[in-house]
Order: sequence, then structure tokens, then C-alpha cells
Amino acid sequence: MDHLDRLEAQSIFILREAYKKFGKLGMLWSIGKDSTVMLWLAKKAFFGHCPFPFIHVDTTHKIPEMIAFRDRMAKEYNIELIVHTNQEALDAGMGPDKGRLVCCKALKTDGLQQVVTKYEFEGLILGIRRDEEGSRSKERVFSERNKDSEWDYTNQAPELWDQFKTDFPKGNHIRVHPILHWNEMDIWAYIEREKIELVDLYFAKNGKRYRSLGCAPCTGQIDSNAVTVAQIIEELKNTKVGERAGRAQDQEDSYAMQKLRKDGYM
Amino acid sequence: MDIAREVLNIVVVGHVDHGKSTVIGRLLYDTKSLPEGAIDRVKRIAKEKGKPFEYAYLLDAFEEEQKQGITIDTTQLQFRTDKRDYVIIDAPGHKEFLKNMISGAASAEAALLIIDANEGIQEQSKRHGYILSLLGIQKAYVLVNKMDLIQYSEEKFNAIKQEMNEFLTSLHVYPLKYIPVSAFHGENITASSDKMPWYKGEPVLKAIDLFEKDKGLEGKPLRFPIQDVYKFDSRRIIAGRIEAGTLRTGDEILISPSNKVTKVKSIEYWVEKDKVDQISAGMSVGITVEDEFFNQRGEFISHTYDAPITSDTFKVSLFWMGKNDLVKNKEYKLKLATQEVECEIYAINKVIDATTLENLENASQAKTNDVAEVTIKTKREICFDEFRNNQNTGRFVIVDGYDVCGGGIVTGLAQERQSVSKFLKQDDEITAKCFDEYYYVFTEGGIKKIEGVPHSFSLGDVIPSTGVTYEYPADFNVVDIRTGLIAIIRKSKLQDIISMKLLTYEQSPFIDSQGAFIKIHSEEDFNNFAADLEKLQQSEISRTAAFANQWFDFMKFRQIRYLTATKSLEIEYQI
Ligand SMILES: Nc1nc2c(ncn2[C@@H]2O[C@H](COP(=O)(O)OP(=O)(O)O)[C@@H](O)[C@H]2O)c(=O)[nH]1
Ligand SMILES: [Mg+2]
Repeated sequence: MDHLDRLEAQSIFILREAYKKFGKLGMLWSIGKDSTVMLWLAKKAFFGHCPFPFIHVDTTHKIPEMIAFRDRMAKEYNIELIVHTNQEALDAGMGPDKGRLVCCKALKTDGLQQVVTKYEFEGLILGIRRDEEGSRSKERVFSERNKDSEWDYTNQAPELWDQFKTDFPKGNHIRVHPILHWNEMDIWAYIEREKIELVDLYFAKNGKRYRSLGCAPCTGQIDSNAVTVAQIIEELKNTKVGERAGRAQDQEDSYAMQKLRKDGYM
Repeated sequence: MDIAREVLNIVVVGHVDHGKSTVIGRLLYDTKSLPEGAIDRVKRIAKEKGKPFEYAYLLDAFEEEQKQGITIDTTQLQFRTDKRDYVIIDAPGHKEFLKNMISGAASAEAALLIIDANEGIQEQSKRHGYILSLLGIQKAYVLVNKMDLIQYSEEKFNAIKQEMNEFLTSLHVYPLKYIPVSAFHGENITASSDKMPWYKGEPVLKAIDLFEKDKGLEGKPLRFPIQDVYKFDSRRIIAGRIEAGTLRTGDEILISPSNKVTKVKSIEYWVEKDKVDQISAGMSVGITVEDEFFNQRGEFISHTYDAPITSDTFKVSLFWMGKNDLVKNKEYKLKLATQEVECEIYAINKVIDATTLENLENASQAKTNDVAEVTIKTKREICFDEFRNNQNTGRFVIVDGYDVCGGGIVTGLAQERQSVSKFLKQDDEITAKCFDEYYYVFTEGGIKKIEGVPHSFSLGDVIPSTGVTYEYPADFNVVDIRTGLIAIIRKSKLQDIISMKLLTYEQSPFIDSQGAFIKIHSEEDFNNFAADLEKLQQSEISRTAAFANQWFDFMKFRQIRYLTATKSLEIEYQI
């Protein structure tokens, strides 16, 4: 087994544990490269089937290509898709002009919370990785959230030998992180090896491309001429800039991500 | 990343403030593994907080951690050397965060134990040493840090080395190296320090490249715990991760503890390129089998000749992290591989203070952070191995309420349990030594018997008719010379146990309980043998050898293989 085989095997093990343990399970699909890799891993884990719904929390500020890609792939992969928008917040005029963190909290965190409540999910699969930023580097594979989706990060449950947390009071839910142990380069190497189709936005047009995808107003492009996965891999080998440098909400203050995530952000 | 590269997980442990996070921060900094701006960000945070710059802030990402200058939870970060990739795991040193330290250490293969040269060995230095030994982490270096505070003194370093070595040796942890460092100042981290010319060994970065990764899990007896059974389409797929060994299409497999035998029909896949006919340790796989029995999560798939232990009572060493004490007469949940079963503590044999290694007298409970040796009784029989034989299937966690509160390793079967295999039918039993293996061991210069894993076979149970050094047919009879009882084996299953007198002769061969063929080829032979046996039972023991020489052919179903030493059950070549 090589490095990617081992990463894949561990992720599949985690996905299967989640499927076995949670009656109400859903996977968050942000249309980005990480959650699209996760979708691929789920197809492998369940031999071509996807035995749970995929959830897209749509802020309505997403880049239009992402929505077109989402709808096409959902058909091709034959998956059940739940699209949810925090309509009350939008009706009340919520947008990035109200402050980036406020907007993220309302449209993403609260939107997600509404989905969890509506569908009574016990398990939510998310494609976060430890190498993305500090508070994610401290995450567990099965990470508990209370009724309000809050994360008690200073008192996390022990997690050893792949014996994950599967006992919790009713109303709480578990965030399952199958690719927590992957890094950005692993993701690209895997996409290359498995030939996974991605939204075009990752590939350069007119000297610019997206390295990380979020909402249009808060996601910047980087200078790049990489038009193939192999070229992206080559480019990443030579960069020292953090992956999420183009994501405005991370830069708001030193603990922005920690604060967002404590309240239930992805 | 070069995908063929090896990855090693290293945990950094030790007493609070001895410099664990600094060692890691410095390693990341010196190997240029930090993203641009990370150091500037740390400088900014230090300034905001009115504190001096700390490498530890690179890891202690939580605001609470940075404010208090402590590590609360474990972090995993990656960096690389020319040789391989590393996942380096920072662990907290406070006693109150021991559960987080254990969470970090449990995923490591190697460890760096940090000791402050100025403060010397402290409580958590020892407790962490103990935890490493319990987790089976044998590859460890001790880093004596903050050498700058003791003027890089060789004597002081040697004194710490000697004291720690005594403690660790008693735990069977043998650190491979002791390295004097100053993490904050970068001495002996990536390059040899000119402040300590007396130290002739490698700096940390070069030393970790010398850790050797464990290999060979594929060659161990097959252990494939069933994780789930899928029926999404016409296939009925048994899914799970192979914890040890290798499995091929067509292999005969045993499913324990239900004791069913079948064959692997196919190895399943989704994309064509993943199609294989052999799968091994570490892989998450799916198979279909020829006989569609009812299978369920938790059962173990093995080869028929190398079954796991099946029992409901066993001895363990464990560490306790629960808020409530570990006590007897209380129901807990035990999770081992994919099995989950109710259990209770049958006996608390020893509670140990992990820092002094003293036994607590007559302890009737284990408290938070205690280490204990206990006997566990599970509600039903489960499958496992002793930890020393197979780490993945020899360790478990205990859940109390909603939380994992303890973790431990299986050290053996409870004493009162049997030590030999048996055929059982109500009150009748026959000791089954016919499944022992015989080797000529070079290092010992003689033939040695290696007993099979003790197991009780009840009616209907599959028996291991083929071993490494024996092969019985599917149908045979086992005669117990002492009692005259016969175990009847048909289609490799124990069909019945009856008295020899009640047996009507059939063609199936007879063996004695040691596995020797009994020279019975006809009904006449059978009657003669029965008569001789009756005479033998009434006479003295001295006649047994003559009887055996007349009737037994020990090598008919057996062979003797060569072995270098009894430890490495590796066959060199065959007679
Ligand atoms: N003088 C000196 N101080 C050090 C050294 N290494 C770490 N420290 C300091 O010791 C304190 C504790 O370090 P930290 O890495 O947080 O310890 P941890 O609790 O083991 O993770 C910090 O203030 C560090 O700056 C060293 O080599 N020399
Ligand atoms: Mg620390």
C-alpha cells in the first residue's frame, strides 16, 4: 500500500463507521475539491452507492459555476441532494456588508444548524482537514456538538485506536471528519490518481484561478497558469502561501476560525 | 508529494512546560515546514498578549492555550525530511489533560519524551513513560531539553539519563537514544550543536530518520473483523478493514465466534482499477462468500488454521481516564475492533501508581489516571488476541455512560480458564492435543511442540483440521486412550462424543488425542484395538509404550518442519 492507499483506506473505514452508527446521517457537500473527494470516497466505501443524502448549505452568494457543477454531478453520481438556504436571514438583508463573520455565522453556521434540526441528523460528515488551520488541527475524527451545534473544544472526548465516539445524549450530533488526516497535496495527488472531476474554477483562466472555494464576495483568486491537476501539484510544491489565504473570514482576527467553529461552523 | 514515501507518526510527550510544543515548533521552523506568515502571526499574537515570542504558539492554536501558555489538546502536524514524511503529534503535559495526551499517543508509532534539564524528572515524565509502555510504543528517544539553563553540562545530562533509564527499563521501555537539546535556541535540533561537543550522537532531526517502521503485518495470521454487511444490490458484501494478514479469492475462512466455515467468492470493488485477488492488512475491503450465513458486525474472519482466541473472561492492563472510578459490579461497554459488548470488572488484581510503580494496597477501584491490572468478564464470548501477538486485535476501550473512560490491552486469559484445547459435550470432554504443532528448532537443537491457541470445541463447532505441521482428513475420529471416549469429526466439525463401545465401525480413520494415526484399516482391526485398549486400561502404565508402538503411526498425518528459533515462527524449509 502506498501513502494514498493508506489515506483512502482510513477514510473509508471512517465513512463506514459513521454509516453503521448513525441512523440519520448526511454529508456536507460544499462543491469544493475536498468534499468532492469525499463524495468519491463514499462511492468507493459503499461500492458505487451513496446510502445517505448530501447537503449543500447555499448562501446564494456562491459562484454560479459551482451551482451548475453541483446539479450536474448530483445527477451523474446519482445522489440524493438536500439544498438549504437560511431564507429568513437573507430576507432580513444578511450579506457580507453586515460584516464577514456575522454573515458566515448567519448564512453558513445557522443555515447548517437549521438543516440539522429539520432532518434530525445524528451524524454529519464534513470534509475538513487538520492542515487547514489551527482549530481544525485539534479536531477529533468523531467530534460531538450539542443541541445548538456548539463545540466544547477544551473538553474533547478521548479518541484512540479508531474507537470513535458513538454514544451521546439525544439532540446532540456528531461531526464526522473522514479526511481530517489528509493534507492539501494529498487531495490533489488523489484527484490526479483517481481522475476525479472538479469544478472548473480551480483551473486557471486568464492567469488566475481559485485555490480554495467559498462565497464569491469573500473568496479571492490567485495568480496561476495551472490548467491541469498535474500543474496545480507542481505549483503547490513551490508555494509557501497558506491554502486559505484567499478566504477573507479567516483573516478577520487571530481566533476568527476558532470562534466561528465553536458555534458550529464547518 | 511523492506517494511512495513512508509516513511515520511520532508523539512528543513529557511533563508540563518541559518544552514539548517548543521542540515541535522549532522542528517545523527549522525544516521550513511552516506556511508563509505563520511566524509573523505568532509574533503579532505575542505582541497583542504582551508576551514574549513562543514557538509553542504555532501549535497551541486555541486562544485559551495561548493565554495560559499551556497545551490543552493534542495537535497533529506534518513535516518531511529527505527520508520520509512525518506526522508529529503534540501532547499536553498537564495531568488533568491526560486523556488528550493518550488520544495523541495512541496513534503514534514512535515517541520523543522531553525532560527539562533544569527541573529534572517529574511526575508526568514518569506517567507518560508508563503510558508509552502500555500503548506498546517501543521506539522512543528521550530529549533532555533546556540544556542552556544548565550551561550545557554533560554531568547533569548523564545524571538525568541514568535516573530515567532505570525507571523506563523497569517498564520494558528501552529508549534508543538520549539527546541533549535546547529547543528554544535550536541546539541539536537540526544540526549538531557546537555548545555540546561532548555529545557524539545525532541531532533530533537526523535521529528520527533512524526510527525503523514496523513491517510485516501482512504476514501475520489473518484478522478481518466484520464492520458491516451491505446489500445495496444483488451482491451481499461483507465489509471491513483487515487488521492483520492476507486474504485471497478462494481461501477457506473461519468466522468466529459463530464458528462457520466458507470460502471467499469474490473481492469487490467500485472502479475497475481497484480490482485485485489478494487483500492485506490496512486495507478497507469488501468480500462476498460462498455460503450466505447470517453474518454480523463484530465477527472475526480468519483462516481456519489460525483462529483468534474466543473467550468471555480475560486479563488486561488498562489506564483509567473516567471521572467516576472504575469499580466492580457495574456494567460497562467494551469495544474491541468492531465488537461491542457489555462487560463487568470481575476482579481488580492490582492498581499501580504510574509515577512510583508502587502497588496500591487492596485497591477496590481505579481512579482517574490510575493504571490497573484487572480481569474482565464480558456478557458473551468475543474474539481477540493477546496484545503481544497482535496489537490491533489485542486492545480495547471501555465506555462508561457516553464516554470512553478507559483503554487497555489484553495480557492473557484468566488463570482459572483452560490452558489446553478440548472437545466438549455436556460432562464428557477430551483433551485435544492433536492440534499442537511440532518443529525442529535449530537454536534449541531439538524437536519442540508448540501448542495451539486453547479453544473449547462444542458439538457443531468447526475444528482446525489442517495446521502448519499436520493435516487430517475432513472425517476422522479422535480416541482418548485414557477414557475410551471418541470424538467424531465429520466435515471438519465436531459431530458427537461417544464411548468407544457404542461406536459402529466406519471407514473414517482414527487418531489418538495427540494426533497419531491408529493403525485400524478394517472392522477386525477395530475390534482388536478396542480389546487391547480395554486390557491396557486395566493394566499398568508401563505397558503404554508397547501399546503405542504397536498401534500408532505418529507421522501419518503429521510432519516436522524446521524453525530457526521458536520466536520467529518462520519456516526455513520442509523435510
Ligand atoms: N531556556 C529555555 N527555555 C525553553 C526551551 N524550550 C522551551 N522553553 C520554554 O519553556 C516554556 C514551556 O515550553 P512549552 O513548549 O510550552 O512546553 P510544553 O508544556 O512541554 O509544551 C516556554 O516558555 C518555552 O519558551 C529551551 O530549550 N530553553
Ligand atoms: Mg505544549
